[in-house]
Amino acid sequence: MELSLATRTVAEHTVLEVGGEVDVYTAPRLRERLVELVDSGVRSVVVDLGGVEFLDSTGLGVLVGAMKRLRVANGRFSLVCSKEALLKIFRITALDQVFPIFPTIEAATADSDGSATS
Amino acid sequence: MATVRLSFSPAPVHVRTARLVGVAVARRAGVAEELLDEVRLAIGEACTRAVALHNQYGLPDLVTVEMSDSDSYSVRVIDHAPIEASVGLTKLPPDELADESLTDEALTTGVGFALLAGFVDDLQVRPVDDGPGTEVRMVWPVRRR
Repeated sequence: MELSLATRTVAEHTVLEVGGEVDVYTAPRLRERLVELVDSGVRSVVVDLGGVEFLDSTGLGVLVGAMKRLRVANGRFSLVCSKEALLKIFRITALDQVFPIFPTIEAATADSDGSATS
Repeated sequence: MATVRLSFSPAPVHVRTARLVGVAVARRAGVAEELLDEVRLAIGEACTRAVALHNQYGLPDLVTVEMSDSDSYSVRVIDHAPIEASVGLTKLPPDELADESLTDEALTTGVGFALLAGFVDDLQVRPVDDGPGTEVRMVWPVRRR
């Protein structure tokens, strides 16, 4: 399935819903959208991976890049993911220690203590 | 023994094709359903690495994926980049992953290897027999049919 991207606003957070396959071919589009969001002044990005069917190292690299951009801008970045197959990828790469990962959008947007980018 | 060989020009768009073929052959070979996600990811990572290396060195040569199902399901992904076989195969520690000085390419390479090493129990990376290049060989068990 092709990559799909949609944004919506929840309180002060911008939620980017990602669906389909995020790989070496589609990841540049995800990077482009995340850069657009940060450049447009968004300071809290929640990436919802609920619709993602495939995620590879290129996609993970894009997510880390977005987190770094937001950190420089004093923003916050978090992920929503409850699929075991994807969570295993984060554990194996140790990126579960880098990203704040929440099981639901509600949990991600409720956590406003600003520690998410640490 | 049945063998399927796929060669593709080093373009990102073809990596998905390699994944699809690799999983289809794995399923046919008798690899357990619960391993197919790992097979898909590992073949994708090995092909992504090969495509990145060919692009980095300006090589138009085809990347080859060879799948065979004898006693097990083995996949070989072969590139022709003139590098040491071990280059870029280092798993990054967590504190370096989000470090500002780490380039996107280095991060992706390190994460890619972590995925390969994490998902494939039987993984070998070695120089190809003839000329420059690296072969990434991955093996999964198959069920008796």
